[in-house]
Amino acid sequence: MSIGTSPPRRDGLEKLSGRALYADDFRPDGLLYGATVRSDRAHAKILSIERDPAFDWSDVTVVTAKDLPGPNIVTLMTDDQPILADGITRHVTEPIALVAAPTRERALAAANAVKITYEDLPSLFDPLLAEGHDVRIYGDDNVFKRLHIQHGVRTDTTSHLIRGRYRTGLQEQLYIEPQSMIASPRADGGFTVRGSMQCPYYVDRAVKRMLGHDRLNVVQAVTGGGFGGKEEYPSMLACHVVLLAQATGRPVKITYGRGEDLRATTKRHPAIIDLATLVSPEGELLELHARLWMDGGAYHTLSTVVLSRAILHVGGPYRCPFFDLEGTVVATNTPPNGAFRGFGAPQAQWAMERHMDRIARELGIDPLELRWRNLYREGDVTATGQALQDPGAFAVLRAAEAAAAAPVVRKTVRPGVENAELREGRGIAMAWHGCGFTGNGEAKIRGKVALEVRGSEVAVLSSSTDIGQGTETIFPMIVADTLGISMDRVFNTEHDTGIVPDSGPTVASRTAMVVGGTCEKAAQQLLGRLRKEHGEGDFDSLLQRWRAADRGLLRVEETYEVDASVVWDPETYQGDAYPTFGWSCVIVDLRVDVDTGEVIYDRVVTATDVGKALSPVLAEGQIEGGTLQALGWATAEEVVLDARGCMRNDRLTNYIIPTALDAPEFVTALVEIPFAGGPFGAKGIGEIPMDAPAAAVAQAIERAVGARLDSLPMTPERVLAAMEIR
Amino acid sequence: MSAPVTALFRPRTLNDALKMRAEQPGATVMAGGTDVMVYIESGTLKPTAILDLWGCSGLRWQQSITGGQFHGAGLTCTDVLRSGQSHPLLEAAAATVGAVQIQNRATLGGNICNASPAGDTLPVWLALKAEFEVASVRGRRRIPAASFWQGYKKIDLRPDELFLGILIPPLFGHTHFRKVGTRLAQSISKVVFAGRYNPGVDACLAFGAVGPTPMRCLKAETALVAGAAVDDVVQLVREEIAPIDDIRSTAVYRRQVAGNIVRRWLTSL
Repeated sequence: MSIGTSPPRRDGLEKLSGRALYADDFRPDGLLYGATVRSDRAHAKILSIERDPAFDWSDVTVVTAKDLPGPNIVTLMTDDQPILADGITRHVTEPIALVAAPTRERALAAANAVKITYEDLPSLFDPLLAEGHDVRIYGDDNVFKRLHIQHGVRTDTTSHLIRGRYRTGLQEQLYIEPQSMIASPRADGGFTVRGSMQCPYYVDRAVKRMLGHDRLNVVQAVTGGGFGGKEEYPSMLACHVVLLAQATGRPVKITYGRGEDLRATTKRHPAIIDLATLVSPEGELLELHARLWMDGGAYHTLSTVVLSRAILHVGGPYRCPFFDLEGTVVATNTPPNGAFRGFGAPQAQWAMERHMDRIARELGIDPLELRWRNLYREGDVTATGQALQDPGAFAVLRAAEAAAAAPVVRKTVRPGVENAELREGRGIAMAWHGCGFTGNGEAKIRGKVALEVRGSEVAVLSSSTDIGQGTETIFPMIVADTLGISMDRVFNTEHDTGIVPDSGPTVASRTAMVVGGTCEKAAQQLLGRLRKEHGEGDFDSLLQRWRAADRGLLRVEETYEVDASVVWDPETYQGDAYPTFGWSCVIVDLRVDVDTGEVIYDRVVTATDVGKALSPVLAEGQIEGGTLQALGWATAEEVVLDARGCMRNDRLTNYIIPTALDAPEFVTALVEIPFAGGPFGAKGIGEIPMDAPAAAVAQAIERAVGARLDSLPMTPERVLAAMEIR
Repeated sequence: MSAPVTALFRPRTLNDALKMRAEQPGATVMAGGTDVMVYIESGTLKPTAILDLWGCSGLRWQQSITGGQFHGAGLTCTDVLRSGQSHPLLEAAAATVGAVQIQNRATLGGNICNASPAGDTLPVWLALKAEFEVASVRGRRRIPAASFWQGYKKIDLRPDELFLGILIPPLFGHTHFRKVGTRLAQSISKVVFAGRYNPGVDACLAFGAVGPTPMRCLKAETALVAGAAVDDVVQLVREEIAPIDDIRSTAVYRRQVAGNIVRRWLTSL
């Protein structure tokens, strides 16, 4: 059995030794380099697109919206975002034209030599003013989506009304490998697209619609991180390289520089969240009213579903007899925001956890005690009317408390701060996270996995990519253990839409749980088919009999079917919002420098209900990496926009993410409450690490120096300003 | 977007370097490249010729000489940390530069001549009353650190001159270095401080990242030596510095933190 052990990751050696081929490593014969001409206005009419006559255009191809073969739409959820802006630009950095040239330098020079003239239009940046504003960006009222959920029975007992407003800002995914894509013409007049991506079939659908034909295959290159940033954005970039390849008849590659990537690509949605609760004198939640606004940027991308996840998680892991939850995501003239690890849930739960701290403060109850009193218990009903089975809230709280009982080993302070006054604080926060797609998402997708026996090996065909989380290792483990063979004999094929079935996108903490579960069922189907034909026996003896009978290719395809007992009404948002939930508890120990407001992280204890740790090392890696990303969101990462909505701190020296030196000691407890619908009991774990840490940090800072912060990020500037000490 | 570099000069000796510098006054002088490479990549610097001093002998040495201790311009931060012979203030500053990879390439002369107001080692030279030695084919001259940085990124170095090194005079007193950055590695200063205080004799309170150049707080220093209360010294520091709001921090924060650092140090003596 490999499940439950931690074999070396399949892609580890190649990545460590530099042999792994990322998109930018591919240089097919005749390759041209593409570059993007972008809007430098927030909102403007495009009057003309002209080539600088002083520039040598002899080896340069220029493409604009007029050259599109099909609809000028980046196909995703709604048809609002153009592949190239045509006549109007709605945000700074919006692509307007494309160039291709024999070298990267020539391409960049040519892009600079394309001159755009504009007529500026009034622009809109404040999401709270967006609805119904005179500046129209989307539809009649700039509202991408409004959701409202009401459930339960209002209270008639004496209670305290406690209100608060909470905010979060933009956050960049900051995958190490910038966006990169190559399109190569095929002999049949179609194209092969190869690039850095999470969701090959999203790209496949978007490019096919633009082309108006199906002669296309999309292949994932080794991908240096995604975190949601390579969920939808690669569809646009793929359309761009295909347009250039079509115009030139040659392979074309575009790899963004870091600055361009930071300025132009999607970020985490900023949010403003008002919470009002009625609470009993003992601290029991009686009613929760939430009003949440999100800034979607200039185009819809995935905003509706980000909003949906935010609203479904805003109550946190707490029971409440009455929920009244409303969320609105609006358009502004800023670059579109999109998918990012947690997908709305971190913003919403930041608000709820800070609100729990506010309740604790106002009622004089210990924040931990307040959480104990309100955590979901078996059979409790959520805001969508879903009755919870085996909620892990208490289990993760107990596990985290047990792990945090050990003394904190404080790191040596750095040179120059020997005389600093560092005040210690501990904070605790909790979260839940729905695993897999919301509601009937999986029923719509019906993700598929195929297995093919090739010699003595078994190939796993799926479109679930490895973006660092371990798919290339986990799927072979699941299939091998189900078949009863060594995992050395099972491998994932390349994720090529010309070969693999559509398993659904690599998102929503669904890959191990949903597609991994489909891998398990596919392996069972394979065994079942062999047994039906050849009786009992282990996989190898059955395979021998199959071969002896000369039965040809042995291949099975399995489709994920949603349990018929799962009910979801997308109109009322009532029913089973998720097949299951993960649960987490985070306890942060930190110190705050009272002279500078800087936070030094000493230890972060996490306890996470993972269902089953398929590979404990990979599970811990996901949780610790996600936790560090959350600490960055908490105290360091701030996107600074200029007056046009363009990111000013577009370099790694000034968009600050934590380094290894900034990382605390991690104590990572894995709690296993199995989910019957997941392979070997596994739940999704990719996103939950992002949910709770920031709020735990806020509580710890409050304990340490009395600074009460309800907005992210809690930079040293904000901590110092909020401190009561001086 | 960068124009192609058409000429690369790599002198092996100081004499060759000075000759090339005289012949190519427009060439960008580069030592470890930790700033130049970044500027080229970001498009803020478009050199057509580069004078690369990395392999030039005669710049990477350190020795006690008459009048103090000499540090060659080509010494890297790592050299400083390994030698164990440098002033503790300089060691403390060198240890906070970038991360190990940067420290292996970044030179003292490069940090001084790049003249970023946030340069981590720069307040150290002010606090230690260092003198800078520069040379050209015409000869050598010495410049007090305090007058070398003339304005934002403007230095007292003529187009045919190269920066040779730093002379630190023997000085006494308590010293303190503090960099307030954005994180523990690969961090650029929001406020950087180097202080030296010899009670009754003299004091230097030097800051970086709080004005267009690294600067001393002369009024605060005078008050300190005269025996003023710590709170008054702190107040003068906050008045003398000239921080701005930028993408790394705010003027309000820098002013408050600068004072806090000085207060913490002086009250701990």
